Amino acid sequence: MKVRIFVTLKDGVLDPQGKAIHHALESLDFAGVNDVRAGKLIELDVDPSVGRDEIDRMCDKLLANTVIENYEIELPETAQEKAS
Amino acid sequence: MQSAVIVFPGSNCDRDMAVALETVSGQKPHMVWHGDSELPPGLDVVAIPGGFSYGDYLRSGAMASRSSIIKAVIEAAGRGVRILGICNGFQILTETGLLPGALMRNRDIHFVCKDAELEVANNATLFTSRYPENAVISIPVAHHDGNYFADSDILDRLENEDRVVFRYRSEINGSSRNIAGIINEAGNVLGMMPHPERAIDKMHGGTDGLALFESLLR
Repeated sequence: MKVRIFVTLKDGVLDPQGKAIHHALESLDFAGVNDVRAGKLIELDVDPSVGRDEIDRMCDKLLANTVIENYEIELPETAQEKAS
Repeated sequence: MQSAVIVFPGSNCDRDMAVALETVSGQKPHMVWHGDSELPPGLDVVAIPGGFSYGDYLRSGAMASRSSIIKAVIEAAGRGVRILGICNGFQILTETGLLPGALMRNRDIHFVCKDAELEVANNATLFTSRYPENAVISIPVAHHDGNYFADSDILDRLENEDRVVFRYRSEINGSSRNIAGIINEAGNVLGMMPHPERAIDKMHGGTDGLALFESLLR
């Protein structure tokens, strides 16, 4: 089972990388970009027996630093829902 | 003074740290590999050196803070053993939760490598007692992720409890309130981004870091 975890900086936490990307887009003459935030995508291939709670714990214990980061978990079901 | 230096794959200031500890104490530190699960008995000081442990994978300090030896370090901190985390060591200490906050990418994105003027904001700690009050010292910094972040409640608390030990005298990496180093509530765990172990010999260009290691002797 493929699980996708999106790790992003919390609102209000300065994102220097996002700012640099924003400047680079502007320097390439792309107009109308108001803000850029950069994050991480972590893909896990897990046994179907691994529950949502367990994945939450993986995020809290290692995959995200919840002092500065939020995470969102995308399970295959929700991925299908999005597609339909 | 019995000390140990923790060595991770990617540590690169472990030998400098060992030289600094041996210079003041006359005793060679134990070099402890990250895969070990126990520290040698009778330690007074555990030092977590600078570098790029585990290639900074995931986040700086993230993998090291979950390594086998860290459980023993956390346990030693609980017993009152002094823990000194410098640069990557500071990042590791925040990732373990022994120190609050997080160290983020420098605000201007650049790797900062230069001598930094620091104010010793608290000289009544186990790590700074050999510095005069309000001392201004010059210590090298060399980091990419040194931008100290914590929410304003934590920052207020750190300041009210005199737990900000070192401050940059001018803005250098975007750190909240120019914080360069903090201690834990019990006062036996120090994390700092600048490198005092790189300023202990005239040949280094300065010796302002020496008093920190001498403070450890008590």
